[in-house]
Amino acid sequence: MTDRGGASHPLVELTLARFREFLREPEAVFWVFAFPVIMTCALGIAFRSRGAEPVIVGVAEQDGAEAVRRVLDEAGGFTVRAIGPDEIDRAVRDGRAPVVVVPGTPPVYRFDESRAESQVARLAVDRALQRAAGRQDAFAADERPIDAIGSRYIDWLVPGLLGMNIMGTGLWGVGFSIVQARTKKLLKRLVATPMSRAAYLASHVLSRLLFLALETIVIVGFAWVVFGVGVRGGVAALATLALTGALSFGGLGLLVASRARTIEAVSGLMNLVMMPMWVLSGVFFASSNFPEVMQPFIQALPLTALNDALRGVMNEGLSLVALRGEIAILLAWGLGTFAMALRLFRWQ
Amino acid sequence: MTGVPTDSPALACHGLVKRYPDIVAVAGLDLEVRRGECFGLLGPNGAGKTTTIEILEGLLDQDAGEVQVLGKQWRTDRDELRRRLGVQLQETQLAEKLTVEETLRLFRSFFTEGPTVDELLDVVELGTKRGSWVGKLSGGQKQRLAVACALAGRPDLLFLDEPTTGLDPQSRRQLWEVLGRFRAAGGTILLTTHYMDEAHALCDRVGIMDKGTLIALGTPRELVASIGAEHVVEFAVEGAPPADETLRALPGVRDVRHADGHVALATSELHATIPALLDRLRQDHATLSLLGTHSATLEDVFVSLTGRHLRDD
Repeated sequence: MTDRGGASHPLVELTLARFREFLREPEAVFWVFAFPVIMTCALGIAFRSRGAEPVIVGVAEQDGAEAVRRVLDEAGGFTVRAIGPDEIDRAVRDGRAPVVVVPGTPPVYRFDESRAESQVARLAVDRALQRAAGRQDAFAADERPIDAIGSRYIDWLVPGLLGMNIMGTGLWGVGFSIVQARTKKLLKRLVATPMSRAAYLASHVLSRLLFLALETIVIVGFAWVVFGVGVRGGVAALATLALTGALSFGGLGLLVASRARTIEAVSGLMNLVMMPMWVLSGVFFASSNFPEVMQPFIQALPLTALNDALRGVMNEGLSLVALRGEIAILLAWGLGTFAMALRLFRWQ
Repeated sequence: MTGVPTDSPALACHGLVKRYPDIVAVAGLDLEVRRGECFGLLGPNGAGKTTTIEILEGLLDQDAGEVQVLGKQWRTDRDELRRRLGVQLQETQLAEKLTVEETLRLFRSFFTEGPTVDELLDVVELGTKRGSWVGKLSGGQKQRLAVACALAGRPDLLFLDEPTTGLDPQSRRQLWEVLGRFRAAGGTILLTTHYMDEAHALCDRVGIMDKGTLIALGTPRELVASIGAEHVVEFAVEGAPPADETLRALPGVRDVRHADGHVALATSELHATIPALLDRLRQDHATLSLLGTHSATLEDVFVSLTGRHLRDD
């Protein structure tokens, strides 16, 4: 037994120190735990499953408006708003009415071609008016709406938020504390001891893993209780993914913080690293929206890999074996950035 | 001391040079610290003290010159030296939200031999503060904690960079006691300070640094004796003071200096100098606005060597 005068192994002590410092920082605790829950809650409410929500239709106030209104009321599923004749453009633009019907023979539809909501409203209105005018459908399809857990937007969103949170807290948590230790000359003091430098860096990543277990429980637990979001692939698979993700972003955090001398500098670098992933990696909308030519790049990003893997486990019940590609990408990022950080790191 | 020929000095450097783009911080320094002694590097801010000590601690690389620490070289014996040195840096802020005990446990964990955490707490008299956050400690307690961290590996050689700067007299005295106990156990200390009384109270030998070189070296007593006067008379008058030649001719006066609008006379015979000075001023119809005397200190040594005060910062 090595004599450490009552202390544990340096890696344990360093990790504990990081863990304690974090828990004693109320702001940090808020950003890591409360913020993602508030975010999940707000987005969950905004994008909750609304069932068959009525389509909002504007009808220009002029001759024939009353007839149109009657047709739509009879068809059902529409909320009709009267729009002044000179307000039509504005009503469409600001979303008050995604489509405006100007009565006439034939009627005029004013809508925004580039917005899905506007397109859908146009189709629904057109169908109702055409049927009222006597059109017969060629066939009546057997419509079977899906509202199963796992396929709603919230089910898709929660893994993305979890991934984003793992990225954000991994980068901020590691980056900030390292730059702070550097500006306070604590790093310099530590390298004046026999401490292993790799152990110091590893302790930052390890302490992230500890928090991560807590973060994941809070976010997934909240989403489960409030929105009924499930984890089909099992808790063990989810935990493994979360840890791999934390390792990946912990390493990236080390690399980002390896040279920065000030909090401002490291903040800028963090945003530079995270911004593309917020947009590209499928947090709020699918990364398949981006052109084919960008896909190889997008798929290689750690957050894309993490989000895809989290969705695979939570919504599709995939096994870790099926997700080995994503896991390999995450591990490569984690180990690669850690090794680079160890080489580039500025200790003084 | 383990495995090192005890005849080698604890610390030796020769021809040490460190250049920065805009300044030569250390300009060819020779220094030797004997085993078991407390050596003080004295000098104003910017004299090169911190640069020197950080090179000796292996935290900075010199541009030229040789350094030997405990008979070893940084290049080849870095790991061993790290285990055997204790270091306190001037500006380190330890983690504010760790407790005293947690901080010591952390530092102690880096070493495979040394006192227990409880013993360290006792040595620096922070036992009652063991559960307090570092951020809540007073300046003196923080410095004692920094020294306790430096003692965690039971070092043979302790480096202290301005350990008591900014502390109140009582806190300084408490820290001196800690250092006294370390020395009593056979430890060697190299410290920098710009407090003369600290050098007087702690150091066996003192080196005075200015502009990157050593301008005087000796025991505090030797250095004070070297200015040839045991006392200093300081005075100021409204209007112009008597000419330097006049003052130098007064009985006992060895040296005349001007600083901050005061005149300082170094004298070997205080009882003869003061009456003669007052007579002279009366004849000149000069009005005395300040008069004081003190025993000559290392400060006076520095002023007599450089014409400047140590604390011109």
